[in-house]
Amino acid sequence: MTAVPVPHRVVARRPETADTVTLRFEPVGRPLPDFLPGQFAMVHAFGRGEIPVSVSSVQATGGLAHTVRSVGAVSDGLCAVRVGDVVGIRGPYGTSWELERARGRDVVIVAGGIGFAPLRPLILGALAEPEAYRRINVLIGARTPSDLIARAEVASWATAYTGVTVDQPEPDWRGDVGVVTQLLGRAHFEPEETTAFVCGPEPMIRATARELIQHGVPHDRVQVSLERNMRCATGHCGHCQLGPVLVCQAGPVVDWAQAEPLLAVREL
Amino acid sequence: MPPSIALRMNHALPAEHRERLLRIGRETDFPQGARLFEEGGHADRFWIVRSGTVALDMHVPGRRPPVIETIGVGDLVGWSWLYEPFVWQLGAGAVTSVRAYEFDAVAVRLMCLNDAEFGRAVEHWVGRVLAHRLNAARARLVDLYGIYETKEER
Repeated sequence: MTAVPVPHRVVARRPETADTVTLRFEPVGRPLPDFLPGQFAMVHAFGRGEIPVSVSSVQATGGLAHTVRSVGAVSDGLCAVRVGDVVGIRGPYGTSWELERARGRDVVIVAGGIGFAPLRPLILGALAEPEAYRRINVLIGARTPSDLIARAEVASWATAYTGVTVDQPEPDWRGDVGVVTQLLGRAHFEPEETTAFVCGPEPMIRATARELIQHGVPHDRVQVSLERNMRCATGHCGHCQLGPVLVCQAGPVVDWAQAEPLLAVREL
Repeated sequence: MPPSIALRMNHALPAEHRERLLRIGRETDFPQGARLFEEGGHADRFWIVRSGTVALDMHVPGRRPPVIETIGVGDLVGWSWLYEPFVWQLGAGAVTSVRAYEFDAVAVRLMCLNDAEFGRAVEHWVGRVLAHRLNAARARLVDLYGIYETKEER
């Protein structure tokens, strides 16, 4: 881990949606330590600043990649980079998805919008050794079909159940319409023997975690990825503080038993 | 545990009431594209999906009906049969071929009248479905209108 951005060259750029791109990087000089799925980097667009972005691919499986949605000055800059351009990356930071805890159990992975990106390396990790898990379920929600990331890749996954739903269908959409939690009833899992992984907008995380727990999944077996305003990523600045927790260090991945009381405090 | 009729109804209907209800249900099939009911029509039946997907839609003059929500395996299709004036609030069509249990609304309402405990259980079940769908609709409002947005400081 380094506190100084390390130059990385963009070796591939794949537009995912109208406002989202996946950028694959190679280090210009010395490489960063290996990232784990769920961890994040501070990605620096020179002349604009840096933002925290979870990895959507790790060095161990296909190379380091980040999926960035254009929502501000820095992410606009990152979305505009071309193959061959150089950005700064520092990391890895934060906690990772604990896929090990799901071994021998049913797996339920629930993604909302851009929250699909941090879950992608976890899904690929699980699919790489399907015999290690009972049944793998992937549930994906997005605002519109045009906002869905990696549709062809998702369609190719061999899971017990893959469900995709949108809030607002487009004329050619023949799939499900509604919130992602409605897909839980169609997934194949035994709640008491399930580990769940959830990433997306905070209201979606809350709704999904509550529904999983209502189904009977234990609180401490629902892992969520919290989004907070990370600035330093090293636990010094306090921008990402959530009650007693610095999300850049104790998170972004935490279990619901830890996250629920924090997210219930109105002032946090 | 595969999705099943038991999984959904178990949440709100005790076994003895569930069995009574299923005894008066009949199995029915809808080919892809078939209409189950139309908005404004008389709500005289309801269904529980055994396989396939049903889309709830809304009539918009001069346009294809926009899909409001899709309903899948184990889900209840139709609640207007339980509440006066027994008029469908939305339309419904089979997105795929659909297998379902179909129930006669008048028969079920009579059973509810004749057995208060059964009636409470059915109303509780449908009420929970309604509450769930209301919460889902509210969550979608938040998402669609961007009340909660990922934002980096500009």
